[in-house]
Amino acid sequence: MNDFCLEFQNFTLGYQGHAAVHHLSGSVARGSLTAIAGANGSGKSTLLKGIAGILKPISGSCAAHINRLAYLPQQSELDRTFPARVIDLVALGFWQRRGLLGRITLQDRAELTKCLGAVGLEGFEKRPLDSLSGGQMQRALFARTMLQDADLILLDEPFNAVDARTIADLVMLVKGWTAEGRTVLCVLHDHVLVREHFPQTLLLARKLVSWGPTPDVMTAANLMRARGFQEAWDERSGWCEERLAPDGHGHCHPIIDKREQAVAAHV
Amino acid sequence: MFEYLFGPFLHYGFMQRALLGSLILSISCAPVGVFLMLRRMSLTGDAMSHAILPGAALGFLFFGLEIIPMTIGGLLIGLLVALGSGLVSRFTVQKEDASMAAFYLISLAIGVLIVSWRGSSVDLMHVLFGSVLALNDAALGLIVGVALTTYIVLLLFWRGLVAECLDPLFLRSVSRIGGPVHLLFLVLVVLNLVGGFQALGTLLSVGLMMLPAAGARFWSNDVRSLCLIAVAIAMASSVCGLLLSYHASMPSGPAIICIAGAFYLFSALVGRRGVLANLFVSGRHKTA
Repeated sequence: MNDFCLEFQNFTLGYQGHAAVHHLSGSVARGSLTAIAGANGSGKSTLLKGIAGILKPISGSCAAHINRLAYLPQQSELDRTFPARVIDLVALGFWQRRGLLGRITLQDRAELTKCLGAVGLEGFEKRPLDSLSGGQMQRALFARTMLQDADLILLDEPFNAVDARTIADLVMLVKGWTAEGRTVLCVLHDHVLVREHFPQTLLLARKLVSWGPTPDVMTAANLMRARGFQEAWDERSGWCEERLAPDGHGHCHPIIDKREQAVAAHV
Repeated sequence: MFEYLFGPFLHYGFMQRALLGSLILSISCAPVGVFLMLRRMSLTGDAMSHAILPGAALGFLFFGLEIIPMTIGGLLIGLLVALGSGLVSRFTVQKEDASMAAFYLISLAIGVLIVSWRGSSVDLMHVLFGSVLALNDAALGLIVGVALTTYIVLLLFWRGLVAECLDPLFLRSVSRIGGPVHLLFLVLVVLNLVGGFQALGTLLSVGLMMLPAAGARFWSNDVRSLCLIAVAIAMASSVCGLLLSYHASMPSGPAIICIAGAFYLFSALVGRRGVLANLFVSGRHKTA
C-alpha cells in the first residue's frame, strides 16, 4: 500500500471502438477529494464506469489500491415502482459486508438509522419507495453509499434535482468522508461548487485537459480548451496509434499541446 | 352444503390427488409469479410455457404419454431457451423480451413440427391442456420436488433476487452474483412450468403462476406479503376450481384458471390499490 488510491496508466475507455476517455495517466492520492469536470459527452461518466469496473478498458489499466468501492451512478437503473421500503433500498449498502446470506444485526440497523439521519431522512425507514421525491431518493442513495463503508467513493452528478440546502448538507457529508480518509471522485457540472468545495479537479474533454489543484485547473484558458473538442463520432477518423508510439505524442491528439501533456504527466 | 364442498375430496382418490397436487403447485408457483411480475417479465411465463413444448413432444415421441420423459424433455428444452435468451440479453444490447420472443418462437415451431410428425391432435391437446384429474404418483412426486427446490432457492437467494429486481446496476457494482441469480430464477420459472404442465397443461400452468401474483399486487406494496397473498389466491383458486370442475363437469385446468381470473378481476376492482380506490379518492387526509 502506498498513499495512492488509484493509478491510471494509459487508461482508455470507449464504446464500439470509439474512445470516450483517451489515454489517461496519473494517480489519485488517498483521502483526496477530486471533482471531475467537463462538457456533456466529455467522458466523465465513462471514466467512473471504468474505475468501477463496469466498463472494461480498451487499453491501459487502472490500479485501485482499495478494500471496497462505492459507486453512485448518474442514471441508476433503480426500479422505483418496486414494492420496497426505504430501509430495503438503503440496506443494500450492507451487501459488501454481509453478502447474500449474512444477517443484518441490530447494530447494523442502528448504523442504518444513523445514516438516514445524516442525510436528513429521519423516520423514513418504512416509507415506500414510490412515495419519495427525486431529492429524497437521492438522499436515500447517499445513505446507502455511506453504509457501504467504502474507501473509494465514486459519485456521478449526485446533486441533480437536489435543492440548495440539501446540496450544502450532502457536500458537508462528502467532506466528512474524506476527513475519515476515504477517497472521493465526484462528477460535477456546477463550476461554483467545484471551486468552492473541491481541492482537486480533473478536467476532461475526451482526453485529459488538466488535472491538479482546482485553482490551477479551472482557469479560463483550460475551460475554453475543454469546450473545444469534437463531440460526434467520426467513422472516418483514423485508428489511434498511441500504442505504436509509446512516447505519448500521438498524432490523433490535436487539442492537447506538449505543455499540457507535461502537466498531465506530473500530477 | 358440507357434502357439496367436501364430498368430492372425501370420496374420490383422484380428487384428493388433484387437490394435493394443485395446492402444492400453488404454493410453489405463486411466489415465482410475483417476481416475474415485478421484473416486468409477466409474459415470459407464457413464452416459456410454449418453449417447453418441443421437449415434451420429444419425450412423447420416444416414450409415449409418460410423465418422466416428457418432463425431463420439457425441462431441458426450457432451460436451453432460458439460458439462451438470458445470455443474449446479458451480453448484447438486446433486451430480454426480444431475445425471449426469438428463442421461444424457434422452440415452439420445432415443437409443433415434432408433434405433427408423429401423433394426433388429441395428444397435442393433452400436452397443452393437461389433466389434474389424472395425476399419478410420479407426477405428484415431481410437483413436491419442484416446490421444495423452489423454496430452497428462494430462501437462499432472496436478498439477491430482490437486489437484482430493485437496482441491478448497484448489484453489479458490488457483486458478480446478479447474472447467476437471474439465470437461476429463469430455471425456477421453467421448473414450475414443467411441474404444472402435467396438472394444468403448458398453456394453463402459467395462469396459476401469473394471475394470483397480478391480483395480489392490488392488495399490497411489500414483496413478502405479495408472495403470501398470491399463494393464498392460488390455493383458493385451486380448491374452488376443482369443485367447479367436479360439479359442473368442466375440465379441471381451465376451471382453476377461470377462478383465478375471477380473483384477479375482483382484486383489480375493489383491491386496496385497485380501480375503485383510485377513482374515488377520499377527501380525508392527514396533516403530516
